[in-house]
Amino acid sequence: MNDPVAYGIAILALLVAAFAGWHTLKRREFGNPLFYAVCVLEIVLIGLTVGGSIALGSTSRDVDGVLFISYLVTMIVIPPAAVVWGIAEKSRWGTGVVVVAMLTIAALSVRLLGIWKGAYA
Amino acid sequence: MPERSDTSHGFGRVLVAVYAVFALAASARSIVQLITEVESDTVVPYVLSAFAGVVYVVATYALARNHRRLALVTIGIELVGVITVGILSLADEGLFPDQTVWSDFGRGYVFIPLVLPFVGLWWLRRTVATRHA
Repeated sequence: MNDPVAYGIAILALLVAAFAGWHTLKRREFGNPLFYAVCVLEIVLIGLTVGGSIALGSTSRDVDGVLFISYLVTMIVIPPAAVVWGIAEKSRWGTGVVVVAMLTIAALSVRLLGIWKGAYA
Repeated sequence: MPERSDTSHGFGRVLVAVYAVFALAASARSIVQLITEVESDTVVPYVLSAFAGVVYVVATYALARNHRRLALVTIGIELVGVITVGILSLADEGLFPDQTVWSDFGRGYVFIPLVLPFVGLWWLRRTVATRHA
């Protein structure tokens, strides 16, 4: 867990957010490209959770483990929930839900780095 | 497509999503604080965090289920809460030694807690208007 990982994920999430936002603005339906983009992010987040859990087990840092893991789990749950909710909404705002979810992932990623560094302790 | 007057459809779905995020953020934060960090001098912000969490959870439920009166009451509490706590936390920093979602008008959450109740009230008004139109 370090700066490039956390900010890389945040930037990836922001890119997907921008892509989803473009859908919202253009009243585009929730299509396959957006779905795949969210899937890529989800795979990265699963990787983050596995890597983060291993790092947590082997680190000598004083990391709040419960908080750290709860953030990782929350980050994994959000994209699928947003996709299900977004597809269920047939107006332009379906993809708007994905925008909100991706911005949330970006914020959580930066906060996760703070937890790792003990910035909130 | 026909316009739905329901508070949970159209733009309302995005609003419910944002409320859900804050319901999770505020209540999860308060649970962690209440379990791990309570000391006598920090009870005020932690109880306030818990209260804010409950308000967001109920508001999310009310908007998602189209309970307009409940939504109006909880969003009203939220508006009063964020402004009151915002003013108090600026006036007397000692009063809130630890952060809550409403401290400094929600600065820790990019001021979304301050904007959200206004958007919520606007949405409640707007969905009423489309229903009668």
